[in-house]
Amino acid sequence: MKDEPEIRIGFYVCHCGTNIAAMIDCQAVARYAAQLPFVAVSRDYKYMCSDPGQELIQRDIKEHALNRIVVASCSPLLHEHTFRNATEKGGLNPYFFHMVNLREHNSWVHSDGSKATAKAFAQIRAAIARVPHHKALEVLQVPIHPDVLVVGGGIAGIHAALTLANAGKKVYLVEREPTIGGHMAKFDKTFPTLDCAACILTPKMSQVKSHPKITLWSFSEVVKLDGYVGNYQITVKHKPRYVNEDLCVGCLECIPACVFKTPKFPDEFNQNLGKRKPVYIPFPQATPQVVLIDPEVCLNLKTGKCKQTCVEACGDRQAIDFDQRETFDDIKVGNVIVATGFKTFDAHRIPQYGYGAFPNVFTSLEVERMINTSGPTSGAIVGRDGKHPDTVGFILCVGSRDEKTNKWCSRTCCMHSMKLAQLIKEHCPRTEVYIFYMDIRAPGKGAEEFYDKSLRMGIRFIRGRVAEVTDWAVTPEEEGRLVVRCEDTMAGFVRRIPFDMIVLAIGKEPQADAQDVRRLFNMSCGTEGFFLERHPKLAPVSTFTDGIFIAGACQGPKDIPDTVAQAGAAAAEAMVLIDQGHIEIEPNTAHISEVDCSGCKSCLPLCPYTAIAFIETTKKASINAALCKGCGTCVAACPSGSITQNLFEDDEIFSEIAGVLAYE
Amino acid sequence: MKYAYFPGCSLKGTGRSYEESLLPVMRILGIELEELRDWNCCGATAYMSVDETKACVLASRNLAIAEKTGHRALVTPCSACYLVLNKTQHYLKEVPAISNGVGKALGAVGLSCHGAMPVRHPLDILLNEVGLDAIKQKVTHPLTGVKIAPYYGCQIVRPYATFDNAYQPTTLDRLCEALGATVAHYPLKTRCCGGSLTGTMPEPGLHCAYQLLKEAVKRGADLLATVCPLCQFNLDGYHDQIAAKWEPVRLPTLYFTQLMGLAFGLAPTQLGLQRHLVPMKPLLPVTA
Repeated sequence: MKDEPEIRIGFYVCHCGTNIAAMIDCQAVARYAAQLPFVAVSRDYKYMCSDPGQELIQRDIKEHALNRIVVASCSPLLHEHTFRNATEKGGLNPYFFHMVNLREHNSWVHSDGSKATAKAFAQIRAAIARVPHHKALEVLQVPIHPDVLVVGGGIAGIHAALTLANAGKKVYLVEREPTIGGHMAKFDKTFPTLDCAACILTPKMSQVKSHPKITLWSFSEVVKLDGYVGNYQITVKHKPRYVNEDLCVGCLECIPACVFKTPKFPDEFNQNLGKRKPVYIPFPQATPQVVLIDPEVCLNLKTGKCKQTCVEACGDRQAIDFDQRETFDDIKVGNVIVATGFKTFDAHRIPQYGYGAFPNVFTSLEVERMINTSGPTSGAIVGRDGKHPDTVGFILCVGSRDEKTNKWCSRTCCMHSMKLAQLIKEHCPRTEVYIFYMDIRAPGKGAEEFYDKSLRMGIRFIRGRVAEVTDWAVTPEEEGRLVVRCEDTMAGFVRRIPFDMIVLAIGKEPQADAQDVRRLFNMSCGTEGFFLERHPKLAPVSTFTDGIFIAGACQGPKDIPDTVAQAGAAAAEAMVLIDQGHIEIEPNTAHISEVDCSGCKSCLPLCPYTAIAFIETTKKASINAALCKGCGTCVAACPSGSITQNLFEDDEIFSEIAGVLAYE
Repeated sequence: MKYAYFPGCSLKGTGRSYEESLLPVMRILGIELEELRDWNCCGATAYMSVDETKACVLASRNLAIAEKTGHRALVTPCSACYLVLNKTQHYLKEVPAISNGVGKALGAVGLSCHGAMPVRHPLDILLNEVGLDAIKQKVTHPLTGVKIAPYYGCQIVRPYATFDNAYQPTTLDRLCEALGATVAHYPLKTRCCGGSLTGTMPEPGLHCAYQLLKEAVKRGADLLATVCPLCQFNLDGYHDQIAAKWEPVRLPTLYFTQLMGLAFGLAPTQLGLQRHLVPMKPLLPVTA
C-alpha cells in the first residue's frame, strides 16, 4: 500500500427501514466507525439501496476524495452489485467496495439490542481493516454461444423450445421418453375451461417437430455437461429404438404385422390399464411419429427366433433395425433450460387406502386415461371388475400435506379431482360423486367458479381426512363395496360411506433421478427434492449456476398455465444472455504464480469445476478464469502457496480476522 | 440361539397357554428363552397414563436385569409388555427428564439401564431370525384345510412398526401359510379387541370383540390366530354375553404358537388348548 495514495474510507450503515435499526443502534455504529483508522466519512441512512443512498456514496467519493467504500446493510446476494455500481459511478474501481451483512447475520437473528450493536461494531471493524488491502480488479468478458439446450419435452420444454426457436435461436430439445408431450399428453380435458388437452398440445408438438430451428431428440438423455455459462459442451445419448427414425414414416403397418397377434404387455402411456405389443407407438399423436420396439419383450431381440413379420410389413422402407445401438452426439450450447417435470406419488405407500389391494381403487392419473376417448376404455368409466360405478369417491391429498409422506401441497389435485368429478357427472349424470378433502384449494383464474360449478352439479364435498378404505361391511348396502371411513368435520361425527370406485388424488414428487440430474447440471435441490431457484421471488427460473435455468414442475408442483409462464420466462432469461453476446465473470477467481508453482498437480483433481489444467510445455498448473467459481479449494490445498484468490488474499483475510477479534 | 425372556404377568395367569405353547415350539426350532430372574410388572399401559417416569422406572428395571444377562435381545410375547418395554427404550433415549429419573431410581438399588438391548416379539424372531423355511421343515401335521383369520391387534405394530407394516401387517399371515393353513382375507386385522374396556365399560368393549368375531365368521374362518393374551382373553371369554346381546359368533381364538405346536405334532394338552373356553377339537382332526 506504500506506493498508493493515502487510504480514505467512506463508511455507510443502512437502517433498512426498521429491519436493522430496530435491533442495532445505527447512529452509534456510525459514530464508532468514524473513529476507526482511515475512515474519512461515516454516515447512517434509512435506505442505502435507494437512489439518494447511492448518490450519497458517489457525491462523497468526489467531495471527500474517498478511495474505499464500506456499506453495512443486507446480504451481498441482494445489493453487493448495487453498491459496486455506485462505487464505479463515483469514479472508483468497483472492487474497492466491501459489504457487511448487518441484517441476515445480525439484526434478524438476534433479540438483544445492545449485544447486537456490539456485534455490529466487530463486523464493521473487520470490514474496515480489510478494505484498505483491496486491489483494483477487472471483470472478464466471455462470449455466449447462441444455441440452447432444453431438457425435457413436456409442456414446459415444448413451450420454452418454441419460444426460443420463434425468436430465431437454435434449440436442441432432448426428451428421454419415445415421444414428447409429457404428462399433459395424458390428460383428457384441462381445468377450469374444460378444453381438450390434446387439441391445444398436439399442434405445439408438431410445430416442435417441423420447426427449422429445433433439433428434436426423443428417446435420448443428456449424459455429460462440461464448461460454463455461454460455453457448455454437452453429450447426448440416443437410446436404441430399433427403428431408424429417418426411414420410418409412421405408417404403423408393422404393429398389426407383429407375431404377437394381440397386445399383451402393459401399456405405460395408459398407466398400465391397457396393453400394447412389443412394437408400438405410445399414442396416436406421438411426436416424432415413429414406432419403437421394446427389447424386453420383442421375440426377435430376446431369443433371435422370430419370423420378423414386422420387417416384412415395413418392406422397402427398411426402417426396422435390430442391430441399432446407443449413439452419442456432442453439442455446444450457451444456455440450458431444465424442464424435467415430476413423478406422481406411489399410492402403495399409504396401504390403508387399499391401492393394489382392492381392484376398484384407482389413481387420478389412471382415471384420467380412462376418461380419455383415446384411452384404454375409450372414455368409459369402468372398474377393474368391468362394472360401471354408481358411486365414486375421490380422496384428496394422497401423498400431499401429510407428515408421514410428503409435506407439501401438490397444488393441482383439488382442481384435477373436481375436473374428473365433473367429467364423470357429464358422462353419466346419475353417478353419485363424493370428494373427501381437507381444504379445497382453488386459486387462480376461473378456479373458484369451477368449484362453485362442482357444487351446483351435485358433487358432494366432505371435509375430513379419510382414515381408511375397507371392504369390511357392517350394513347390507356396504356389502361387496369399498367403504370410506372418515371424520366429517362439518357434521361432527365419523361416517362410513360405501362406494363402487375410489379415486386417489395422488400428489406430485420430484423425479426419481432428480438428484442425478441436479449433479449433472450443477444445480441445488430444496429439502423436498425439487430443483431450487436462485431466488424464490425475484429469480424464479434461474439457478445458482449461470446459464442453467429451470421451468415447470421440476421446480415444484404447478399447473399448466404456471408451467407455461415459467417456460416463457426461462426462454426470455436465456435470450438475455444470448443477445448480450457475452457474459461478465466475477473476478473473485484464483490464479497461479507461475514462478512459485512446482507442478505437483495436487490442485488438479480438487477443482470441482475442472478449471485447472496442467501445461505440459511449462510443467505448471494454470487456471481458466472463465471456469473458476472462486471456491478457494485449490488455494488452501496448494503446498507451495503459489495460488492466490482475488478478494481472498492472505492480507485481506488476516486483516479481517484481526479486525473482528480486536475487542476493546 | 438364546434370548432373554420376559413373560409378563398374563403368561403366568390368564394367558398360561401362550407360555405353555411358546416355550416348546421355540425349543423345537432351537431357540432357548431364558426367563429373567426376579422380573416385575411391566407397568402395562395403565401406569404410563398416570406417571410416565415411574412407569418407565418399573419397566426399565426389567431392561436393566435383561442387559446384565448379556443376551442379544429381550423377547416378550405379550403385546402390552412389548409396547411398554419398547416405549421405555425410546423414552430413555429421547426424553432426558425421564432417563435422569430412571437412572436415579435404578441407581438406588444398584442397577443401571443403558437402553441398548433390543426388545423383540417372538413373531419377529420367527420370521426374521428363524425364517419360514426352517419353520416349514418342522411341520409334520400341516394345517391343511383350516381357514385362519389372522388378528394382530393394536400394540405390536403401533406405534412402533419395527418388523411389519402398521396398517397392513403380513407376518402372521405368512406364518399361518407356512403351517399349511389357508389365510382368510380379514380386514379387521389391526382393529381394537376392546382391550380393558371389557372390564370397565362392557358395552363398547364387548362390541369390539363381537365385531371381530362376526367378521371372522363371515369370512369363513375356522378360527382366529392372535399374538396377544388380552386379545385372546376378550375373544375367547365373553361368548355367552355376546350371544345374549347380539348373536352367537362362537369361534375359537388360538395363539399362533399353539397353531405352530399343532403343526409340529405336539398334543393339544401340551399346548394348553384345554384351557380355552371355546373348544377347537372338532376343527382340527389333523392333530390326532
